[in-house]
Amino acid sequence: MTAKPAQSEAVIRVRGVRNQFGKHVVHENLDLDVFRGEILGVVGGSGSGKSVLLRTIAGLQRPAEGSVNVLGVDVLKADEDTSAALEQRWGVMFQDGALFSSLTVRENVEVPMRAVDGLDPRIRAELADLKISMVGLPYLAGEKYPSELSGGMRKRAGFARALALDPEIMFLDEPTAGLDPIGASAFDRLIRSLSRSLGLTVFLVTHDLDTLHAVCDRIAVLADRKVLVTGTMQEMLKVEHPWVHEYFHGPRARAAQMQSPGGK
Amino acid sequence: MGEVPARVALRGDLTVRSVTQLEETLSKLEASGAVSLDLTDVRRLDTAGAWSLVALRRRVEGAGQKFDVVGVTPEAESLLDVVTKSWPSVEEVEPRKRSLSDLLEIVGRKVGSGVGFLLDLTSYLGLFLARLGRSFLHPREFRFTSLVHHCEEVGLKAVPIVALMAFLIGVVLAFQGSTQLRQFGAEVFVVDLIAISILRELGILLTSIIVAGRTASAFTAAIGSMKMREELDAMRTLGIDPAMALFVPRILALLFMLPILGLIANASGLIGGALMSWADLGISPEMFATRLIENTDVAHVFVGLVKAPVFALIIGVVGCYAGMQVQSNAESLGRMTSNSVVISIFAVIVADAMFSIFFARMGI
Repeated sequence: MTAKPAQSEAVIRVRGVRNQFGKHVVHENLDLDVFRGEILGVVGGSGSGKSVLLRTIAGLQRPAEGSVNVLGVDVLKADEDTSAALEQRWGVMFQDGALFSSLTVRENVEVPMRAVDGLDPRIRAELADLKISMVGLPYLAGEKYPSELSGGMRKRAGFARALALDPEIMFLDEPTAGLDPIGASAFDRLIRSLSRSLGLTVFLVTHDLDTLHAVCDRIAVLADRKVLVTGTMQEMLKVEHPWVHEYFHGPRARAAQMQSPGGK
Repeated sequence: MGEVPARVALRGDLTVRSVTQLEETLSKLEASGAVSLDLTDVRRLDTAGAWSLVALRRRVEGAGQKFDVVGVTPEAESLLDVVTKSWPSVEEVEPRKRSLSDLLEIVGRKVGSGVGFLLDLTSYLGLFLARLGRSFLHPREFRFTSLVHHCEEVGLKAVPIVALMAFLIGVVLAFQGSTQLRQFGAEVFVVDLIAISILRELGILLTSIIVAGRTASAFTAAIGSMKMREELDAMRTLGIDPAMALFVPRILALLFMLPILGLIANASGLIGGALMSWADLGISPEMFATRLIENTDVAHVFVGLVKAPVFALIIGVVGCYAGMQVQSNAESLGRMTSNSVVISIFAVIVADAMFSIFFARMGI
């Protein structure tokens, strides 16, 4: 069922990006392509700038140098209208859902839809209910406030909000961090099945080797301030770089590999 | 009836932007006959469009009629599948009507929570006093460094704003007083006016209000954010008593600092008044001082400053209490912070009014 990105249309194209905080350089001359319809997993050690890269592509962090092109739009040079239109074509799920705490889950999911002109409020609420149900939350969760939900449910609700406008690209920041193994693997399956049936391109930042095995078509490794290598899991196993080797051959990696269905 | 299915052909984009129109059209469709849906000319279909189509299918099939779709792309098919599978099963929540007894219940609960709030404040005051007593018995548990730090935060750093505020109040009083008193040729009484009003009331009251604004909110925010990040729970598991570690140094710092700040405010207010009287009425600073010493009883200063510890307790206890009421969401932190300022200012003013009545009755 792996839809290989044969047509190879790069929906995200990052070139020569440099990010630094004070004297600390996080990225230097970083290049990355993400192709339409694929699920790209971004891995790297703590502090290697995975989330910074996500924030850079999503326009939340301005790089010191370089260009970021998403869906044919230069994110750094786009005017306000263009970037507002672009933002409706991608969804971002933050680590803990980043739900608005003063709104119910349903209202949270409705927030992006409010930007759509002439959408009937009743239909909007029903669409929100549908999205909530699509991410596997019970109907009554829509009435609840984020503080009344468990961590896993908050993540699902954050996913539902990111899905609200049927985005073409989905950014996921550590979707399975802090979930129990059952919840994490259920979330993996959810990401996989929804992104396939909705035709999403997914940019997924993770530490979770099981997620990499179960969900990702391609993996990009961040190390030494750039994207060191990209490729499938099989290709990753052959990389000689010490950190990459350690990462994909460590005891946890072996356990994850054994559990993945057929070692995809 | 309904042997020939009604053919519905759709074209264009069926997306969230057109779903209102689509739903309006489809909902007019009678569900009494079989429907055949033609999607050949549909360019884009998203979940919103699929939602509307599946809703139609459910209506038609719910009426026991046949429904089929032609001309779907595989992508659209999988989307329709997902929407069908995850169709929300609505669980009705009965809306309740409000009756008179509900209204009474609400009033009763409000009164109850008001009383409970006052009891809670008292219990926090008791907790503070108990821990303070304990720190006399077990001086090693007392956090001296923390006390010094809070004295600096609460006292030293508030000196500029308090001094400036009191100085301006003195100026205003002298100016307003002189215009009124000049009508009676009694300009010189402006000294008594300034001295009594600042020393007895305004110096300490306005200082307390400023301190309530900057310190009660700081207490609430600090304790509240510690509670949010489970630092208080961590303290308890490590055998550290939050009341001892957090409340005692803070409230004690306020108890020490508020009288000093009040004294600074008194001095600065008198200076402001004296300068304005000099500029406006030609009362020289020497004359101001002489008149101040001769005519103004030093008891006024004590009447003013005796209130300071009470105000300090109110501000400190309310600030700490509100911090402990913060829940796990950021919204409650903001709400409790503003609550603590409003409540402590209000309580300070109420206490001041009670002091005034008391002193008037006692003839002080």
